[in-house]
Amino acid sequence: MGLDIAFWILAIVGITAALMVVLLRNVFRAALSLILCFLTVAGIYFTLSADFLGAVQVLVYVGGISVLIILAIMLTREVQRGSPANKLRIPAFFMAILFLGVVAFTLINTPWQVATVPPLEPTTAALASKLFGEGGFILAVEIAACLLLAAILGAIVLVREK
Amino acid sequence: MSIGLEHYLILSAILFSIGLYGALAKRNAIVILMSIEIMLNAVNIAMVAFSRYIAPALLTGQVFAIFIIVVAAAEAAVGLAIIIAIYRSRETIEATEIDLMKW
Repeated sequence: MGLDIAFWILAIVGITAALMVVLLRNVFRAALSLILCFLTVAGIYFTLSADFLGAVQVLVYVGGISVLIILAIMLTREVQRGSPANKLRIPAFFMAILFLGVVAFTLINTPWQVATVPPLEPTTAALASKLFGEGGFILAVEIAACLLLAAILGAIVLVREK
Repeated sequence: MSIGLEHYLILSAILFSIGLYGALAKRNAIVILMSIEIMLNAVNIAMVAFSRYIAPALLTGQVFAIFIIVVAAAEAAVGLAIIIAIYRSRETIEATEIDLMKW
């Protein structure tokens, strides 16, 4: 029962925050509501008993990516000009509604085979053995490390003063 | 009616559609990047919901969500660096005015 109430509150707040990101004209306020949206997604992870992912969401998105976005907004002085929509606003709106309708129709009409096993809790140790253990995703972890290094170097090279 | 898999998937679809609208209809490149982040978060919610309800013991969906977060962080860093570099050379980040390669 408590999880149901938490889900509805988080869902409504998250959808409202996401709508404010695309509807507000002030870019800085849009970034602040984006942070609220990230926080509600972390709460959604906690209701799904994914505690490690919720913590990672708070650390990476709320702590890292939002700071990056706010820094970029401050460095580009676009706050005064706002974020107007381009001339594709109406077709984009209908595209989004059409996409939502098709996906929702498919989701509701698919007979999902929901497992009856209770979820693992806590998930951190199980995730670690999945990532680093035998027959796990260790190669993907190494590739992700290389990708992060390349992205950091690329970002430094791109923003460096000539 | 208690909360099930469909509720999380519908929430994920709604967030993805909002992000899709923002990515298609906005002029400011930073707002487009923010909409893409919303779309990636929506996909993550769907992954974790599938992992919780379809295969709770395997956790593969959560591993995939972790990799999506890694790639999203790299994408945000490089994307914002590109936007700042464009702003330095062209004094604008309106996506409709960055049309050097459009003929």
